[in-house]
Amino acid sequence: MAELISMPKLGFDMAEGLLQEWLKKAGDAVAQGETLAVIETDKASVELPAFRSGILLKILVEAGTSVPIGAPIAVIGSAGETVDVAALGLPETAPAAAGPAVRETTPTGLAPEQAAEAVAVEEGRLFASPIAARMAAELGIDLRQVTGSGPGGRIIKRDIEAHLKEREKAPAKAAPAPTMPSPSFEPGMEGYTAQPLSPMRHTIGRRMVESKQQAPHFYITMDVDMAAAMELRAQLNAILPEEGKVSVNDMVIKASAIALRQFPKINASFAGNEIRLQNPINVGIAVARETGLLTVVVRACDLKTPVQIAHDARELIGRAREGRMKPDDMVGGTFTISNLGMFDVEDFCAIINPPQAAILAVGAVKRVPLVDADGALAVGTRMKMTISADHRVTDGAEAARFLQAVKAALEQPMRLML
Amino acid sequence: MARITFREAISQALREEMYRDERVFLMGEEIGTWGGTYAVTRGFLDEFGEKRVRDTPIAEGVIAGAAAGAAIAGLRPVAEIMTINFAFLAMDQIVNHAAKLHYMFNGQMRCPLVIRTVGGGGRQLGATHSQTPDVVFAHFPGLKVVAPGTPADAKGLLKTAIRDDDPVFFIEHATLYQARGEVPDDEDFLVPIGVSDVKREGKDVTIVSYSKMLQVALDAAGKLAEEGIDAEVIDLRTLRPLDTRPIIESVRKTNRMVVAEEGWRAYGVGAEIASRVTELAFDYLDAPVRRVAQAEVPLPYNRRLEQMALPQVADIIHAVKDVLYIK
Repeated sequence: MAELISMPKLGFDMAEGLLQEWLKKAGDAVAQGETLAVIETDKASVELPAFRSGILLKILVEAGTSVPIGAPIAVIGSAGETVDVAALGLPETAPAAAGPAVRETTPTGLAPEQAAEAVAVEEGRLFASPIAARMAAELGIDLRQVTGSGPGGRIIKRDIEAHLKEREKAPAKAAPAPTMPSPSFEPGMEGYTAQPLSPMRHTIGRRMVESKQQAPHFYITMDVDMAAAMELRAQLNAILPEEGKVSVNDMVIKASAIALRQFPKINASFAGNEIRLQNPINVGIAVARETGLLTVVVRACDLKTPVQIAHDARELIGRAREGRMKPDDMVGGTFTISNLGMFDVEDFCAIINPPQAAILAVGAVKRVPLVDADGALAVGTRMKMTISADHRVTDGAEAARFLQAVKAALEQPMRLML
Repeated sequence: MARITFREAISQALREEMYRDERVFLMGEEIGTWGGTYAVTRGFLDEFGEKRVRDTPIAEGVIAGAAAGAAIAGLRPVAEIMTINFAFLAMDQIVNHAAKLHYMFNGQMRCPLVIRTVGGGGRQLGATHSQTPDVVFAHFPGLKVVAPGTPADAKGLLKTAIRDDDPVFFIEHATLYQARGEVPDDEDFLVPIGVSDVKREGKDVTIVSYSKMLQVALDAAGKLAEEGIDAEVIDLRTLRPLDTRPIIESVRKTNRMVVAEEGWRAYGVGAEIASRVTELAFDYLDAPVRRVAQAEVPLPYNRRLEQMALPQVADIIHAVKDVLYIK
């Protein structure tokens, strides 16, 4: 039975998705779980797996098109099934290579066995001669836009040539307008290079503006003695394998999770006229990529050991860096940690990820001079962390006590292992 | 240069090579006293004597077998099997012995044998005297199979065959002996075995052919030119080893191919060439390869039926239009 594949909701506030690339074409067999396409959401590229096995009967949305969530993007069914456009509730479109269900080619004068070769056309299946397909690929022509004049609707070389002629007839529209000097051009100004906003940049911008405009941010910085935590980390990593080592950030995540259990309002979200105290503690990690910033979510951090958190974080960050995240990787976060310690940053203030209530900004672990309990000058191992919190949800005292709890867990790191 | 017939070209090649190398001798049915059923060796008996121009009994197995034996013993025989239809009686000697001795005995001997034979139909000789079973012989590794379509190629290829240390099966065509063409006078004019030749350049379609069908293809190309279709015609000249390089280059240019042969379509020369083009030029094809061949029947005796069964100019033209998607 043919079924629709629709644009999935892959993010909390995703309204539409861009179908970046089809990895399968109409007529291909797909297995359940196999990747069908890559969808670009506001934040990143996500693979879309097939929810069932079957044949990808028809593609409804071309690569490069944006559609709203829930819009049908393809039809999947069984081999040999025809797509009943009306029954599936799809609008009637004329596929480029449509033809009657079966067309017989009976050229005169050829041997009987040749005349018996019937050419069948499946709806949704494109036929093109090898040279036509090659020319289309080289010239950037979408075969679905070409009408095939060969048997069974086969697209042949002259169809591509005809299509090219048509394309060349409309060059005026494609030609850019001649550039004119700006009327306000002043001598000495250098001008600029325009860089269009990618969907991702657009969304980051929108969300951060929304966050800053609507959440009254306040910031509290606290200094943490990391000597004991670094010692524990060294001991752990001495016995852990290369690909399983624990980082400072993993320990901060665990410490935060412990503290969030004690201060549920920091693990909350603002929802207009109510504060939602989230049940799970899912900590988002900010990951920097060339295309922009995104957050991957480690789930149930309070229930995991630092080693388990390290493992999950490594996988998520790896997938994020390769642009091959799964839909679940970025949703469901209740708190976020952003760490710029690797850039030698001492401390900074992050912007809250709406609808969360807070975000923790972590700086580098440094060897610094300090005054010890006896008043003497000593050398310590310190790290600064700054919480940005939403004053609609929490206040300074609570946020400060939360930070103290994080600090306590890091300064007595055996707490992280409980 | 001289304009001579196919028959004269073969005759000249034999004569020149016999003078050049005294190990070369001829054997076959009616080649001596009679001068050959196609008059190729007329006068040779007087010129070269009984030892070098030997009439044989009607026993093809003996002809091929004795020739193979003479070849591995150091002579260079050119044996004639009167028609290719009779070569079936000598299959064991040709494909199991001549073709394999060098290989099976690890190079201890060479078999510089040439078997000349005549194939093809169109003269109402009946089903068992009109076949074109060229592919049957081309199927066997160890045997070179040559089938010229012009007097120049006939002379050059036969001389090369005689000088070749490997067994060569040399197929002439019954209706080509009268064909005339320009042939160089040079006694060392050789045409290499295993090299295809573009006989007519064109850009719209590639027609591959050989032997008698080469002329049919060229006639078809002439008629197609009147309709504005520019056909490229390639002459195989050698069936084994098969040179597909000019064919692939041609298909890349024209994107479509027709193979014209006199043999039957099933398992024929066209089948082999179409396969190779699919392997080596798949991305350049605009249409499936079309094969023009003899109808799948034993060739009739009746004149009109025989002509209907044999592939004609009209069949090639039709196939060309088919691959050009012209109705």
